[in-house]
Amino acid sequence: MKYAFSFLAVIALILIAWLGSQIPGMPYLFGIALPYLAMMIFLGGFVYRVVQWGKSPVPFSIQTTCGQGKSLDFIKHDRLEAPDTTAEVVARMFLEIVTFRSLFRNTKSELHDGPKITYESSKWLWLFAIIFHYSFLMVVIRHMRLFLDPVPFWIAWLEFGDGLFQVGAPTWYMTDIGLLAGCVLLFSRRLITRHVRFISLVNDYFPLVLIFAIAVTGILMRYFLRTEIDIVNIKQLAVGLVTFSPVIGTEIGAIFYIHLFLVCVLLAYFPFSKLMHFAGVFMSPTRNMKNNTRAVRHVNPWNPKIIPHSYGGYEDEFREFMVDSGIPVEKELPPKKDEEKDEE
Amino acid sequence: MYNKRFIIPGLVIFVLFVTFPLWFNAFSTASPVPKPELPPGGEKECVAPASEMRDRHMVLLNEWRDGVLRDGERDVITVGGKQYRKGLQMACMQCHTSKEKFCDTCHDYTSVKPFCWDCHLTPEEAALKKETH
Repeated sequence: MKYAFSFLAVIALILIAWLGSQIPGMPYLFGIALPYLAMMIFLGGFVYRVVQWGKSPVPFSIQTTCGQGKSLDFIKHDRLEAPDTTAEVVARMFLEIVTFRSLFRNTKSELHDGPKITYESSKWLWLFAIIFHYSFLMVVIRHMRLFLDPVPFWIAWLEFGDGLFQVGAPTWYMTDIGLLAGCVLLFSRRLITRHVRFISLVNDYFPLVLIFAIAVTGILMRYFLRTEIDIVNIKQLAVGLVTFSPVIGTEIGAIFYIHLFLVCVLLAYFPFSKLMHFAGVFMSPTRNMKNNTRAVRHVNPWNPKIIPHSYGGYEDEFREFMVDSGIPVEKELPPKKDEEKDEE
Repeated sequence: MYNKRFIIPGLVIFVLFVTFPLWFNAFSTASPVPKPELPPGGEKECVAPASEMRDRHMVLLNEWRDGVLRDGERDVITVGGKQYRKGLQMACMQCHTSKEKFCDTCHDYTSVKPFCWDCHLTPEEAALKKETH
Protein backbone atom coordinates (compact mmCIF):
# COMPACT_ATOMS: atom_id res chain seq x y z
CA MET A 1 0.00 0.00 0.00
CA LYS A 2 2.86 2.33 0.80
CA TYR A 3 4.16 2.17 -2.75
CA ALA A 4 0.67 2.37 -4.22
CA PHE A 5 0.15 5.60 -2.31
CA SER A 6 3.36 7.02 -3.86
CA PHE A 7 2.03 6.28 -7.32
CA LEU A 8 -1.33 7.84 -6.51
CA ALA A 9 0.37 10.97 -5.19
CA VAL A 10 2.49 11.34 -8.32
CA ILE A 11 -0.51 10.71 -10.60
CA ALA A 12 -2.43 13.40 -8.71
CA LEU A 13 0.48 15.82 -9.20
CA ILE A 14 0.59 15.03 -12.92
CA LEU A 15 -3.15 15.64 -13.23
CA ILE A 16 -2.87 18.96 -11.38
CA ALA A 17 -0.18 20.16 -13.79
CA TRP A 18 -1.85 18.72 -16.86
CA LEU A 19 -5.32 20.13 -16.27
CA GLY A 20 -4.03 23.26 -14.54
CA SER A 21 -1.78 24.32 -17.37
CA GLN A 22 -4.70 24.17 -19.82
CA ILE A 23 -6.55 26.97 -18.03
CA PRO A 24 -5.76 30.31 -19.70
CA GLY A 25 -3.23 32.31 -17.72
CA MET A 26 -2.18 29.34 -15.60
CA PRO A 27 1.02 28.71 -17.59
CA TYR A 28 2.38 31.75 -15.76
CA LEU A 29 1.73 30.00 -12.47
CA PHE A 30 3.24 26.67 -13.56
CA GLY A 31 5.99 28.14 -15.70
CA ILE A 32 7.13 31.14 -13.66
CA ALA A 33 5.66 31.51 -10.16
CA LEU A 34 5.99 27.91 -8.98
CA PRO A 35 9.59 27.45 -10.19
CA TYR A 36 10.67 30.57 -8.29
CA LEU A 37 8.76 29.49 -5.20
CA ALA A 38 10.16 25.95 -5.38
CA MET A 39 13.71 27.24 -5.80
CA MET A 40 13.35 29.53 -2.78
CA ILE A 41 11.95 26.70 -0.65
CA PHE A 42 14.78 24.46 -1.87
CA LEU A 43 17.61 26.88 -1.11
CA GLY A 44 16.10 28.23 2.12
CA GLY A 45 15.12 24.81 3.40
CA PHE A 46 18.48 23.32 2.47
CA VAL A 47 20.46 26.01 4.29
CA TYR A 48 18.08 25.82 7.27
CA ARG A 49 18.50 22.06 7.59
CA VAL A 50 22.28 22.26 7.34
CA VAL A 51 22.42 25.05 9.95
CA GLN A 52 20.19 23.01 12.26
CA TRP A 53 22.54 20.07 11.88
CA GLY A 54 25.51 22.35 12.46
CA LYS A 55 23.94 23.50 15.72
CA SER A 56 23.53 19.94 16.98
CA PRO A 57 26.40 18.98 19.29
CA VAL A 58 28.18 15.69 18.81
CA PRO A 59 28.52 14.30 22.34
CA PHE A 60 30.90 11.48 21.54
CA SER A 61 33.55 10.73 18.98
CA ILE A 62 31.40 8.34 16.95
CA GLN A 63 33.30 7.68 13.73
CA THR A 64 32.68 4.30 12.19
CA THR A 65 35.95 2.47 12.46
CA CYS A 66 36.29 -0.14 9.76
CA GLY A 67 39.97 -0.92 10.10
CA GLN A 68 43.00 -0.79 12.37
CA GLY A 69 43.30 2.58 14.10
CA LYS A 70 46.61 4.34 14.48
CA SER A 71 48.55 2.58 17.20
CA LEU A 72 52.12 1.48 17.80
CA ASP A 73 54.56 1.86 14.92
CA PHE A 74 54.76 -1.85 14.12
CA ILE A 75 50.96 -2.21 13.82
CA LYS A 76 49.83 -1.30 10.31
CA HIS A 77 47.44 1.64 10.37
CA ASP A 78 44.47 1.51 7.98
CA ARG A 79 44.45 5.12 6.86
CA LEU A 80 41.16 5.11 4.96
CA GLU A 81 39.12 3.02 7.35
CA ALA A 82 40.32 4.65 10.56
CA PRO A 83 41.55 8.10 9.53
CA ASP A 84 43.78 9.86 11.99
CA THR A 85 44.49 13.19 10.25
CA THR A 86 42.31 15.71 8.45
CA ALA A 87 43.84 14.69 5.11
CA GLU A 88 42.89 11.07 5.74
CA VAL A 89 39.35 12.10 6.68
CA VAL A 90 39.10 14.15 3.48
CA ALA A 91 40.28 11.16 1.44
CA ARG A 92 37.76 8.89 3.15
CA MET A 93 34.92 11.39 2.63
CA PHE A 94 35.87 11.96 -0.99
CA LEU A 95 35.76 8.27 -1.82
CA GLU A 96 32.52 7.85 0.11
CA ILE A 97 30.87 10.67 -1.82
CA VAL A 98 32.26 9.81 -5.23
CA THR A 99 32.29 6.01 -5.14
CA PHE A 100 29.80 5.13 -2.35
CA ARG A 101 32.27 2.89 -0.51
CA SER A 102 29.89 2.21 2.36
CA LEU A 103 27.30 0.77 -0.04
CA PHE A 104 30.01 -1.45 -1.47
CA ARG A 105 30.14 -3.10 1.95
CA ASN A 106 26.47 -4.01 1.80
CA THR A 107 25.71 -7.57 2.86
CA LYS A 108 22.67 -9.74 2.64
CA SER A 109 21.71 -12.08 5.44
CA GLU A 110 19.90 -15.37 4.92
CA LEU A 111 18.38 -17.82 7.35
CA HIS A 112 19.08 -21.48 6.60
CA ASP A 113 17.99 -24.75 8.24
CA GLY A 114 19.63 -25.26 11.54
CA PRO A 115 18.68 -22.46 12.12
CA LYS A 116 21.82 -20.88 10.76
CA ILE A 117 22.28 -17.31 9.58
CA THR A 118 24.70 -16.50 6.78
CA TYR A 119 26.00 -13.19 5.51
CA GLU A 120 27.12 -12.64 1.97
CA SER A 121 28.41 -9.64 0.07
CA SER A 122 25.72 -8.00 -2.04
CA LYS A 123 26.83 -5.38 -4.51
CA TRP A 124 23.45 -4.72 -6.16
CA LEU A 125 22.59 -1.73 -3.99
CA TRP A 126 25.95 -0.16 -4.80
CA LEU A 127 25.55 -0.80 -8.52
CA PHE A 128 22.00 0.59 -8.67
CA ALA A 129 22.99 3.62 -6.62
CA ILE A 130 25.96 4.36 -8.88
CA ILE A 131 23.81 4.10 -12.02
CA PHE A 132 21.08 6.23 -10.52
CA HIS A 133 23.20 9.01 -9.00
CA TYR A 134 25.62 9.50 -11.88
CA SER A 135 22.81 9.44 -14.45
CA PHE A 136 20.88 11.99 -12.44
CA LEU A 137 23.94 14.21 -12.06
CA MET A 138 24.59 14.09 -15.79
CA VAL A 139 20.93 14.85 -16.58
CA VAL A 140 21.01 17.89 -14.29
CA ILE A 141 24.24 19.17 -15.85
CA ARG A 142 22.91 18.60 -19.36
CA HIS A 143 19.86 20.70 -18.55
CA MET A 144 22.16 23.68 -18.08
CA ARG A 145 22.13 24.11 -21.86
CA LEU A 146 18.59 25.42 -21.43
CA PHE A 147 19.59 27.92 -18.72
CA LEU A 148 22.97 29.18 -19.91
CA ASP A 149 23.30 31.58 -22.78
CA PRO A 150 25.75 31.19 -24.53
CA VAL A 151 26.15 27.47 -23.77
CA PRO A 152 29.66 26.73 -22.45
CA PHE A 153 31.69 24.32 -24.57
CA TRP A 154 32.04 21.71 -21.83
CA ILE A 155 28.29 21.19 -21.65
CA ALA A 156 28.29 20.47 -25.39
CA TRP A 157 31.09 17.95 -24.78
CA LEU A 158 29.16 16.20 -22.02
CA GLU A 159 26.08 16.10 -24.23
CA PHE A 160 28.08 14.64 -27.08
CA GLY A 161 29.52 11.96 -24.84
CA ASP A 162 26.11 11.16 -23.41
CA GLY A 163 24.58 10.73 -26.87
CA LEU A 164 27.61 8.97 -28.26
CA PHE A 165 25.67 6.05 -29.70
CA GLN A 166 23.71 8.41 -31.99
CA VAL A 167 20.56 6.36 -31.74
CA GLY A 168 17.56 8.09 -33.31
CA ALA A 169 16.89 11.78 -33.68
CA PRO A 170 16.96 13.59 -31.34
CA THR A 171 19.76 11.28 -30.16
CA TRP A 172 19.04 9.10 -27.17
CA TYR A 173 21.10 9.84 -24.10
CA MET A 174 22.65 7.01 -22.12
CA THR A 175 21.81 8.77 -18.87
CA ASP A 176 18.12 8.95 -19.77
CA ILE A 177 18.07 5.17 -19.79
CA GLY A 178 20.36 5.08 -16.74
CA LEU A 179 18.07 7.30 -14.70
CA LEU A 180 14.98 5.29 -15.59
CA ALA A 181 16.77 2.01 -14.95
CA GLY A 182 18.17 3.33 -11.66
CA CYS A 183 14.71 4.29 -10.42
CA VAL A 184 13.19 0.98 -11.45
CA LEU A 185 16.04 -1.05 -9.95
CA LEU A 186 16.10 0.81 -6.63
CA PHE A 187 12.31 0.61 -6.43
CA SER A 188 12.20 -3.10 -7.14
CA ARG A 189 14.97 -3.66 -4.59
CA ARG A 190 12.66 -2.18 -1.97
CA LEU A 191 9.86 -4.49 -3.07
CA ILE A 192 11.82 -7.69 -3.56
CA THR A 193 14.24 -7.75 -0.63
CA ARG A 194 12.03 -8.69 2.31
CA HIS A 195 14.03 -6.94 5.03
CA VAL A 196 14.18 -3.74 3.03
CA ARG A 197 10.50 -3.94 2.16
CA PHE A 198 9.68 -4.29 5.85
CA ILE A 199 11.44 -1.05 6.75
CA SER A 200 10.44 0.93 3.64
CA LEU A 201 8.07 3.84 4.16
CA VAL A 202 6.05 6.08 1.88
CA ASN A 203 8.86 8.64 2.02
CA ASP A 204 11.22 6.00 0.65
CA TYR A 205 9.00 5.10 -2.30
CA PHE A 206 7.65 8.55 -3.11
CA PRO A 207 10.95 10.22 -4.21
CA LEU A 208 11.75 7.25 -6.45
CA VAL A 209 8.35 7.39 -8.12
CA LEU A 210 8.57 11.17 -8.42
CA ILE A 211 12.01 11.06 -10.03
CA PHE A 212 10.85 8.24 -12.28
CA ALA A 213 7.89 10.38 -13.40
CA ILE A 214 10.20 13.33 -14.01
CA ALA A 215 12.46 11.16 -16.17
CA VAL A 216 9.51 9.68 -18.07
CA THR A 217 7.93 13.07 -18.79
CA GLY A 218 11.31 14.42 -19.89
CA ILE A 219 11.84 11.50 -22.24
CA LEU A 220 8.29 11.74 -23.60
CA MET A 221 8.80 15.44 -24.23
CA ARG A 222 12.11 14.97 -26.00
CA TYR A 223 11.32 11.94 -28.15
CA PHE A 224 7.61 11.27 -28.39
CA LEU A 225 5.16 14.05 -27.53
CA ARG A 226 6.93 16.75 -29.47
CA THR A 227 3.81 18.69 -30.44
CA GLU A 228 4.15 22.30 -29.31
CA ILE A 229 7.52 21.51 -27.79
CA ASP A 230 9.62 24.23 -29.36
CA ILE A 231 13.01 24.10 -27.72
CA VAL A 232 13.74 27.75 -28.59
CA ASN A 233 10.59 28.78 -26.76
CA ILE A 234 11.49 26.68 -23.75
CA LYS A 235 15.02 28.00 -23.62
CA GLN A 236 13.67 31.54 -23.82
CA LEU A 237 11.57 30.83 -20.74
CA ALA A 238 14.41 29.10 -18.90
CA VAL A 239 16.92 31.87 -19.59
CA GLY A 240 14.22 34.38 -18.68
CA LEU A 241 13.74 32.66 -15.32
CA VAL A 242 17.41 32.89 -14.41
CA THR A 243 17.75 36.49 -15.59
CA PHE A 244 14.57 37.49 -13.73
CA SER A 245 12.77 38.50 -16.90
CA PRO A 246 10.69 35.43 -17.76
CA VAL A 247 8.48 35.38 -20.83
CA ILE A 248 6.28 32.64 -22.22
CA GLY A 249 6.49 33.19 -25.96
CA THR A 250 3.94 30.96 -27.62
CA GLU A 251 1.97 28.06 -26.28
CA ILE A 252 4.05 25.22 -24.85
CA GLY A 253 2.71 21.66 -24.66
CA ALA A 254 1.20 20.36 -21.42
CA ILE A 255 3.90 17.71 -21.09
CA PHE A 256 6.41 20.50 -20.45
CA TYR A 257 4.35 21.91 -17.59
CA ILE A 258 3.90 18.45 -16.10
CA HIS A 259 7.66 17.92 -16.23
CA LEU A 260 8.37 21.33 -14.75
CA PHE A 261 5.73 20.98 -12.03
CA LEU A 262 7.12 17.62 -10.92
CA VAL A 263 10.60 19.15 -10.76
CA CYS A 264 9.20 22.00 -8.65
CA VAL A 265 7.60 19.48 -6.32
CA LEU A 266 10.90 17.62 -6.06
CA LEU A 267 12.78 20.85 -5.28
CA ALA A 268 10.29 21.94 -2.63
CA TYR A 269 10.13 18.45 -1.12
CA PHE A 270 13.89 18.00 -1.13
CA PRO A 271 14.91 19.83 2.07
CA PHE A 272 12.31 18.03 4.18
CA SER A 273 12.95 14.52 2.93
CA LYS A 274 15.51 11.74 2.90
CA LEU A 275 16.95 13.39 -0.19
CA MET A 276 18.82 15.66 2.22
CA HIS A 277 21.42 12.89 2.34
CA PHE A 278 22.95 15.09 -0.35
CA ALA A 279 24.05 17.42 2.47
CA GLY A 280 23.92 14.75 5.14
CA VAL A 281 26.74 12.74 3.60
CA PHE A 282 29.03 15.71 4.28
CA MET A 283 27.63 16.30 7.77
CA SER A 284 27.67 12.73 9.01
CA PRO A 285 29.79 12.55 12.20
CA THR A 286 30.32 8.83 11.73
CA ARG A 287 32.34 9.71 8.65
CA ASN A 288 33.71 13.21 9.07
CA MET A 289 35.34 12.71 12.48
CA LYS A 290 38.88 11.53 13.05
CA ASN A 291 39.57 8.18 14.62
CA ASN A 292 41.98 9.71 17.13
CA THR A 293 40.25 9.19 20.47
CA ARG A 294 43.43 7.78 22.04
CA ALA A 295 45.40 10.88 21.15
CA VAL A 296 42.85 13.69 21.53
CA ARG A 297 40.12 13.96 24.15
CA HIS A 298 36.69 14.66 22.69
CA VAL A 299 34.82 17.02 25.02
CA ASN A 300 31.04 16.81 24.90
CA PRO A 301 29.99 20.32 23.92
CA TRP A 302 26.81 20.18 25.97
CA ASN A 303 28.60 19.35 29.20
CA PRO A 304 27.64 21.97 31.82
CA LYS A 305 30.50 24.27 32.75
CA ILE A 306 31.54 22.99 36.19
CA ILE A 307 34.28 25.02 37.84
CA PRO A 308 36.44 22.97 40.24
CA HIS A 309 35.69 23.80 43.89
CA SER A 310 38.36 22.59 46.31
CA TYR A 311 37.86 22.12 50.05
CA GLY A 312 40.15 25.09 50.64
CA GLY A 313 37.91 27.27 48.48
CA TYR A 314 34.80 25.90 50.19
CA GLU A 315 36.18 26.74 53.61
CA ASP A 316 37.17 30.21 52.41
CA GLU A 317 33.59 30.77 51.29
CA PHE A 318 31.84 29.54 54.43
CA ARG A 319 34.51 29.95 57.19
CA GLU A 320 32.54 32.50 59.27
CA PHE A 321 29.43 30.33 59.34
CA MET A 322 31.46 27.24 60.10
CA VAL A 323 33.18 28.93 63.06
CA ASP A 324 29.84 30.30 64.26
CA SER A 325 28.28 26.85 64.36
CA GLY A 326 31.37 25.32 65.90
CA ILE A 327 32.53 23.25 62.94
CA PRO A 328 36.28 22.72 63.03
CA VAL A 329 38.15 24.62 60.33
CA GLU A 330 41.65 24.07 58.96
CA LYS A 331 42.40 27.76 58.88
CA GLU A 332 41.08 30.01 61.69
CA LEU A 333 39.28 33.28 61.02
CA PRO A 334 41.78 36.05 60.46
CA PRO A 335 42.30 37.92 63.75
CA LYS A 336 42.40 41.24 61.84
CA LYS A 337 38.63 41.22 61.43
CA ASP A 338 38.05 40.91 65.19
CA GLU A 339 40.32 43.89 65.92
CA GLU A 340 38.42 45.99 63.41
CA LYS A 341 35.17 44.97 65.07
CA ASP A 342 36.59 45.93 68.47
CA GLU A 343 37.57 49.35 67.24
CA GLU A 344 34.04 49.92 66.06
CA MET B 1 26.91 26.41 15.52
CA TYR B 2 29.77 23.90 15.57
CA ASN B 3 32.42 23.53 12.84
CA LYS B 4 31.52 26.90 11.34
CA ARG B 5 34.74 27.09 9.37
CA PHE B 6 33.70 24.03 7.34
CA ILE B 7 29.92 24.36 7.21
CA ILE B 8 29.63 28.02 6.18
CA PRO B 9 32.09 27.80 3.23
CA GLY B 10 30.37 24.56 2.25
CA LEU B 11 26.99 26.23 2.21
CA VAL B 12 28.36 29.21 0.28
CA ILE B 13 29.80 26.87 -2.37
CA PHE B 14 26.49 25.01 -2.55
CA VAL B 15 24.44 28.18 -3.03
CA LEU B 16 26.88 29.50 -5.67
CA PHE B 17 26.67 26.14 -7.42
CA VAL B 18 22.87 26.06 -7.48
CA THR B 19 22.64 29.68 -8.59
CA PHE B 20 25.33 29.16 -11.25
CA PRO B 21 22.95 30.06 -14.14
CA LEU B 22 22.12 33.38 -12.43
CA TRP B 23 25.63 34.73 -12.31
CA PHE B 24 26.76 33.01 -15.51
CA ASN B 25 24.04 34.82 -17.46
CA ALA B 26 24.60 38.05 -15.54
CA PHE B 27 28.23 38.14 -16.74
CA SER B 28 27.62 37.07 -20.32
CA THR B 29 26.00 38.81 -23.24
CA ALA B 30 22.64 37.32 -24.04
CA SER B 31 22.17 36.22 -27.61
CA PRO B 32 19.00 37.41 -29.30
CA VAL B 33 16.19 34.93 -29.71
CA PRO B 34 16.99 33.16 -33.00
CA LYS B 35 15.10 34.12 -36.14
CA PRO B 36 15.79 31.52 -38.82
CA GLU B 37 15.85 33.02 -42.29
CA LEU B 38 12.83 32.11 -44.41
CA PRO B 39 13.60 30.69 -47.86
CA PRO B 40 15.24 33.46 -49.90
CA GLY B 41 13.45 32.16 -52.97
CA GLY B 42 10.11 33.02 -51.38
CA GLU B 43 8.75 29.48 -51.13
CA LYS B 44 5.83 29.27 -48.71
CA GLU B 45 5.14 25.52 -48.70
CA CYS B 46 7.23 22.83 -47.07
CA VAL B 47 6.72 19.08 -46.90
CA ALA B 48 4.67 19.65 -43.75
CA PRO B 49 3.13 22.67 -42.00
CA ALA B 50 5.65 24.98 -40.31
CA SER B 51 4.58 24.07 -36.76
CA GLU B 52 4.95 20.37 -37.45
CA MET B 53 8.33 20.94 -39.09
CA ARG B 54 9.45 22.96 -36.06
CA ASP B 55 8.50 20.14 -33.70
CA ARG B 56 9.40 17.06 -35.73
CA HIS B 57 11.88 17.90 -38.51
CA MET B 58 14.60 15.81 -36.89
CA VAL B 59 12.32 12.78 -36.75
CA LEU B 60 11.41 13.23 -40.40
CA LEU B 61 15.03 13.62 -41.47
CA ASN B 62 16.02 10.56 -39.51
CA GLU B 63 13.25 8.52 -41.15
CA TRP B 64 14.34 9.75 -44.59
CA ARG B 65 17.95 8.90 -43.81
CA ASP B 66 17.05 5.37 -42.71
CA GLY B 67 14.68 4.91 -45.64
CA VAL B 68 17.09 6.08 -48.32
CA LEU B 69 20.33 4.63 -47.02
CA ARG B 70 19.19 1.41 -45.41
CA ASP B 71 16.06 0.40 -47.35
CA GLY B 72 16.75 2.11 -50.68
CA GLU B 73 13.45 3.99 -50.63
CA ARG B 74 14.41 6.86 -52.86
CA ASP B 75 10.82 7.62 -53.83
CA VAL B 76 9.79 11.16 -54.60
CA ILE B 77 7.37 12.90 -52.23
CA THR B 78 4.63 15.07 -53.68
CA VAL B 79 3.17 17.68 -51.40
CA GLY B 80 0.80 20.34 -52.75
CA GLY B 81 1.68 19.52 -56.34
CA LYS B 82 5.38 20.03 -55.77
CA GLN B 83 7.80 17.15 -55.90
CA TYR B 84 10.57 16.66 -53.34
CA ARG B 85 13.39 14.17 -53.55
CA LYS B 86 14.13 12.64 -50.17
CA GLY B 87 17.29 14.22 -48.80
CA LEU B 88 18.72 17.09 -46.86
CA GLN B 89 20.61 18.60 -49.77
CA MET B 90 18.12 17.47 -52.40
CA ALA B 91 14.99 18.77 -50.67
CA CYS B 92 15.53 21.00 -47.63
CA MET B 93 18.56 22.97 -48.78
CA GLN B 94 16.96 23.70 -52.16
CA CYS B 95 14.77 26.33 -50.48
CA HIS B 96 16.60 26.94 -47.19
CA THR B 97 19.82 27.69 -49.00
CA SER B 98 21.96 28.65 -46.02
CA LYS B 99 22.84 26.31 -43.18
CA GLU B 100 24.28 29.23 -41.19
CA LYS B 101 21.24 31.45 -41.55
CA PHE B 102 18.63 28.73 -41.15
CA CYS B 103 19.71 25.58 -39.33
CA ASP B 104 22.41 27.04 -37.13
CA THR B 105 20.37 29.91 -35.69
CA CYS B 106 18.25 27.72 -33.42
CA HIS B 107 20.76 24.89 -33.08
CA ASP B 108 23.49 27.19 -31.78
CA TYR B 109 21.09 28.91 -29.39
CA THR B 110 20.02 25.64 -27.79
CA SER B 111 23.33 23.77 -28.19
CA VAL B 112 21.92 21.16 -30.53
CA LYS B 113 24.64 19.52 -32.56
CA PRO B 114 22.99 17.32 -35.18
CA PHE B 115 25.30 14.91 -36.95
CA CYS B 116 23.84 15.67 -40.41
CA TRP B 117 26.94 17.59 -41.33
CA ASP B 118 29.30 14.76 -40.47
CA CYS B 119 28.44 13.44 -43.96
CA HIS B 120 26.50 16.18 -45.73
CA LEU B 121 28.01 19.28 -47.26
CA THR B 122 26.51 22.68 -46.62
CA PRO B 123 25.56 24.51 -49.86
CA GLU B 124 28.62 26.75 -49.44
CA GLU B 125 30.93 23.78 -49.04
CA ALA B 126 29.30 22.05 -52.00
CA ALA B 127 29.86 25.11 -54.19
CA LEU B 128 33.48 25.26 -53.05
CA LYS B 129 33.98 21.59 -53.92
CA LYS B 130 32.59 22.15 -57.41
CA GLU B 131 35.02 24.99 -58.03
CA THR B 132 38.07 22.96 -57.04
CA HIS B 133 37.13 19.98 -59.20
